[in-house]
Amino acid sequence: MNKRFVSLWFRHLTTDRQILRKPELKDVPFVFSAATRGRNLIVAANALAEQQGVSVGMAVADARAIVPDLEVLDDIPGQDAKLLNGLGEWCIRYTPLIAINMPDGLMLDVTGCTHLWGGERGYLKEIVTRLRGKGYDVRGAMADTIGTAWAVARYGRLKPIIVSNEQAAALTDLPPVALRLDPLTLERLQKLGFYTIKSFMGIGRSALRRRFGDAFLLRMDQALGMVDEPMQLLHPIEPYTERLPSMEPICTATGIEIAIRTLLEKLCKRLQGEGKGLRTATLKCYRVDGLVVEVGIGTNTASHHVAHLFKLFELKIASIEPALGIELFVMEAPKVEDAEVDQEALWSPEGGGLDDSNLAGLLDRMANKIVAANICRYLPQEHYWPERSIKASTDLKDKLTTTWDMGKLRPTLLLDQPQEIQVASVLPDYPPMFFIYRNERHNIRRADGPERIEREWWLDGSGPHRDYYVVEDEEGRRYWVFRSGHYNEEWSAWYLHGVFA
Amino acid sequence: MPDSKKDIIARLQQNILRWEGFVPPPASEAKGIGLGPLEAAFPNGVFPTGAMHEMLCPTLEGTAATGGLLGGILSSLMQKGGTCLWIGSGRKLFPHGMTAFNIEPHRIVFVDLPREKDILWATEEALKCEGLAAVVAEVKDISFALSRRLQLAVEHSKITGFLLRSDMRKLSTTTCVARWQVTSVPSQLPQGMPGVGHPRWQAELLRVRNGTPGSWEIEWVDGKFVTVEEQMAKVVYMETRIAG
Repeated sequence: MNKRFVSLWFRHLTTDRQILRKPELKDVPFVFSAATRGRNLIVAANALAEQQGVSVGMAVADARAIVPDLEVLDDIPGQDAKLLNGLGEWCIRYTPLIAINMPDGLMLDVTGCTHLWGGERGYLKEIVTRLRGKGYDVRGAMADTIGTAWAVARYGRLKPIIVSNEQAAALTDLPPVALRLDPLTLERLQKLGFYTIKSFMGIGRSALRRRFGDAFLLRMDQALGMVDEPMQLLHPIEPYTERLPSMEPICTATGIEIAIRTLLEKLCKRLQGEGKGLRTATLKCYRVDGLVVEVGIGTNTASHHVAHLFKLFELKIASIEPALGIELFVMEAPKVEDAEVDQEALWSPEGGGLDDSNLAGLLDRMANKIVAANICRYLPQEHYWPERSIKASTDLKDKLTTTWDMGKLRPTLLLDQPQEIQVASVLPDYPPMFFIYRNERHNIRRADGPERIEREWWLDGSGPHRDYYVVEDEEGRRYWVFRSGHYNEEWSAWYLHGVFA
Repeated sequence: MPDSKKDIIARLQQNILRWEGFVPPPASEAKGIGLGPLEAAFPNGVFPTGAMHEMLCPTLEGTAATGGLLGGILSSLMQKGGTCLWIGSGRKLFPHGMTAFNIEPHRIVFVDLPREKDILWATEEALKCEGLAAVVAEVKDISFALSRRLQLAVEHSKITGFLLRSDMRKLSTTTCVARWQVTSVPSQLPQGMPGVGHPRWQAELLRVRNGTPGSWEIEWVDGKFVTVEEQMAKVVYMETRIAG
């Protein structure tokens, strides 16, 4: 799936803000000025002033000559950064991944967010109209790459939403400045007569590199989507990692224990604050001799209990070989999930069933100590054949999707594979008289059945059905036997499949 | 009035039971688990929960019968919403079959471990974990020392543990409170009725600590145990008891 980005461009960021603060300035041409190298230069002008010919970078004296009643305000340094930060925070409602484009824009990574506002058009319209409603003169554009979105927001004339993989077509008619190039390169392009991007897009890369350098090609590739561009996020996603350097190399089990406990306490404090728990954690021990020893644990349910996690690591301490000593411990939690905040049970001497945290802790310990352990529960499944009617579930929180079929008689033990038996049966569809299993003859005294269980043709094609009988022999042993196929058919055979209590 | 000799002995016996961990249950919980006359074989006449029971299941059919009786016992132990842990290696228990004994099979957590050593470790850990209703472990054999470890864990956590032993060659003494052997017996139906009747077992208590061993015929009818011949336990003669 392609990524999608929205670029927002605030054309008059600081002046719009000033109008919001002082509404009486709305119909007055005004500028912000700052002293640079002994001259007062304009750093921002409002729309009215710009209409009358005032532009950014002009000296204040010149501007006054053009517009006599120009209002000149002192620029507040750092104002634009603060404003963009605030606007970025406000945009968190649209996407969690937001970056600030100094000096006058925002970049939003909207991949997978647009459908919540009824598609890309509705999404972009919503953002732009909300910001315009606040009083900011804003333009937005959406594209597959940061570069194209930036360019179209600022220089595009036709449509703000660029369809996936059509960056090149969208960029052709734009001026080179839309590629975010440095002024020197722009000047050179201007001199050479490259007024639009299409005029140099077709030129060979080596020729372009020779004249304009690598940075130029990088910008072009980024805009076209051939190179990924990193975003400096407003709210960076911090990985769940803790480090613990040690003053002296550690080579005792006690030292490692202390290190694990300290790291877990730090990590769990953060997890607890965020209402999360870890499912897997790894401890990396950087040894003096340059080797890294790694041990990992996993849990059945998301957990942020130091004591529990420590117990899991405790089982692994023996496998950590410190050699000459460990100088750095790093604890990582690559898999983190929302943890349910568990309330202390007031009084439950019989235990809290499957939600019990003791049980989850116990199973974690078993699974971590014995690698080959197979821990599961069985849930009913809607299938006919007995071996398929149950489904193993490793999650303690899995809910039943269907109910247990209480009406059918099922054996207490079920053999992994039905075992072939020799039988003597007199009449079709009658239970056998006796059967021989492992050289022992069982004379049948009582029997129930048959219960016909059909093969599920949608799972394993055609084949014989099974007719199950409950039989009891002379000694009172009760078995579950079946005949595969019809009576006296060529391929029909008898099997023992289970034992009743 | 001075106590008669009989009273003194009774009181001393009670004291010994208490020291051994058999605390008489409060009156509100003195209902037992529905095993009827069989429960009278145990000290104080109550099925001991919070203790280890061992059950001998040498054959496949014996395992099935034991599974049935155990299912009935577990259903009353799990009534209050607890979970049961079933630890074993080559487990054949069919979870769906437990529905016949009023157990919701999804409330049993199965732990399959490849090695005997791991099973015993896991069993001990499980028995230490408060909050479980019962722990069932399928083992081949168990030594006295190991059974004592399990007993210590159980005394602390008050969980009921069941050991299903399959190797009958060397039946060593254990600290378990009772040794059971369950075998299937022919079911009975009213005269002339076809089909297989309710599950019926011969439940033998081969040894009971501070109790009276015996043998009972029990049937599982409509979700509860029914003792077939409502009679007191006949004392099993020493010859029929397996030495150990």
